[in-house]
Amino acid sequence: MLEIKNLHAAVGGKEILRGVSLTVRPGEVHAIMGPNGSGKSTLASVLAGRDTYEVTAGEVFYRGVNLLELDPEERAREGLFLAFQYPVEIPGVTNSYFLKAALNAVRKQRGEEELDAVDFLALIKEKMKIVDIDPTFLNRSVNEGFSGGEKKRNEIFQMAVLDPRLAILDETDSGLDIDALRIVADGVNKLRRKENAVVVVTHYQRLLNYIVPDYVHVLVNGRIARSGGRELALQLEEKGYDWIREEAA
Amino acid sequence: MKTLQNLEWALSSFQQWEKGMNGEAETEFHGLRRSALKAFAEKGYPTTRLEEWRFTNVQPIAGTSFVPALRYDPSGVRREDVGKFFFPGFQGSRLVFINGHYAPEFSERQDTGVRSLAEVLREDSEAVLRHLGRLVKPGDPFAALNTAFLQDGAFVRVPDGVEMPGAVHLLFISTGGEKPALQTPRNLIIVGTGSKVSIVETYHTLGGGTNLTNVVTEVFAGEGSVIEHDKMQNESLSSFHVGTTQIEQKSGSTVTSNAVTLGGSLVRNNVGVVLVGEGCEATLNGLSVGTGAQLIDNHTTIDHASASCESHELYKAIQDGRSRGVFNGKIFVRKDAQKTDAKQTNKTLLLSDEAMMDTKPQLEIFADDVKCTHGATVGQLEEEQLFYLRSRGIPLDAARDILTFAFASDVINRVHVEPLREQLDAMLRARLREGRVTGA
Repeated sequence: MLEIKNLHAAVGGKEILRGVSLTVRPGEVHAIMGPNGSGKSTLASVLAGRDTYEVTAGEVFYRGVNLLELDPEERAREGLFLAFQYPVEIPGVTNSYFLKAALNAVRKQRGEEELDAVDFLALIKEKMKIVDIDPTFLNRSVNEGFSGGEKKRNEIFQMAVLDPRLAILDETDSGLDIDALRIVADGVNKLRRKENAVVVVTHYQRLLNYIVPDYVHVLVNGRIARSGGRELALQLEEKGYDWIREEAA
Repeated sequence: MKTLQNLEWALSSFQQWEKGMNGEAETEFHGLRRSALKAFAEKGYPTTRLEEWRFTNVQPIAGTSFVPALRYDPSGVRREDVGKFFFPGFQGSRLVFINGHYAPEFSERQDTGVRSLAEVLREDSEAVLRHLGRLVKPGDPFAALNTAFLQDGAFVRVPDGVEMPGAVHLLFISTGGEKPALQTPRNLIIVGTGSKVSIVETYHTLGGGTNLTNVVTEVFAGEGSVIEHDKMQNESLSSFHVGTTQIEQKSGSTVTSNAVTLGGSLVRNNVGVVLVGEGCEATLNGLSVGTGAQLIDNHTTIDHASASCESHELYKAIQDGRSRGVFNGKIFVRKDAQKTDAKQTNKTLLLSDEAMMDTKPQLEIFADDVKCTHGATVGQLEEEQLFYLRSRGIPLDAARDILTFAFASDVINRVHVEPLREQLDAMLRARLREGRVTGA
């Protein structure tokens, strides 16, 4: 589904990703861990198409197409979804308007008809249950005045509505208390299917207690320093990142 | 910059007009016109040397010979054309003016207090003279020009203790002719103690050609009255528009002014409020949307002349193409106006590299126990917001439209007259959908 080959990316001339290679197949959950500044969020942003990062070398194929040639909106319409570490506030645009515009853009790409107001509302109500969201939320502006937890829940809610093939969760656990973390993780688990894949970017092991990964990769200094199964995350929890950093040096 | 003044047309049309008058030339009312013309002829048009006009060169107006619309002429104006500018399902009174003259055949009067100024002048000129010109500065050249050719407009009088159920719609249509035309509507709005009314002025053009709409509206807010005054200007891109709305608030009154400018090549809007009584609340909101080579200038003045009043001001501008915007917001707090609470905000969205905005807040405070804040921002669409929308599958163009609309809707949502709010909403959405922020 996703094949990253020797990816290099820089911001403002400073190289942050220095040769990342990774393969994600349908049905898999991958965790990308690493210390602060290792390039985890950069990797997520590059995959979503944020243009503040310049790809200097390497390739990324997503379902057979060169992902790096697609605009962010094309990536989304092809089924790629990024849950933001810092969801953006958009005053004056209601959640329902935003979701409808997004959903219809994605549906159009899939060759499906645009949803009318009634069908849209029915779908939205069903998806709201997944992340336990209050209906009044629909008429509020996107993320405006939301608490940290509400913002993260909104990301997962959007994910539920857009039904992506590949979801990348960028530090979705940061700033969440344990209850919010559980709601968010439950939401992600409910959306897991054998055709879909999830990449969880996180600093801590904690989220992985709830979203159980098939593979864990440790990013250090812009490269994957070590890959393993779930037990690698537990090892990191216990020993920290220093030993991998030393190995990688 | 030197302004070449062409005033000859005004003097000669005035003379012609006077010659055809039957006794009216001797009335006290006509005397007002004559002295206004004299004042206009002496001062001429304002130049950019004047602080008030620093950013706005009126040369395109000053260099044009206009033909004042001296009589009512609805020929060639079809009902279906006028009907396009109505609010669907609107229940209140609607007065239609063609080139500044009351058009009874297109109007619907639900309230006896809503009339044509010319009609009231014929029956009871005293009622008009008691208020007319009391709020506008005699030194303002455009107000003088308006007064010189003053004939008609709306006269709205709400007696004490009356809540008008529906809004009053004043629809001003200019029709393009072969020669540049001048219309000078003059509106008087007098609201009694404890009364409540919403008044909507909308300005449109039929046909091509150059027009100058030079309008003055004076609003008298009685004690404890509640008034919403909305003005929407969507004239053609070959039109000039200079408008003054001047409001006087007596104690405990609440007035909201919403001014939306979409059309016109050169537009100057003056909105002024004088808070003469204590405990008033004044809210001034504005939105201008400029594209092409439009110049839209909003000048506002809030004069806190009494204690314990609040004023809230939010003016927003969207500038695309090579358009220019000006905002000048004055707030005066007089010596005795203690416990004043004034807040002014001006925000501009520049959508192109060539668009420009001049913004100038101006606070003059002579009292010591007051709260006054102001802030101005000029910026572009936020990259982070654009990326967020795109990351959800929304194309770049649509994302830009969504954010631009959101910026504008912040002001549109403050319009409480529902049919106008819906019309503004639909107009703006349609324009964004068509890939242009504005246009005629």
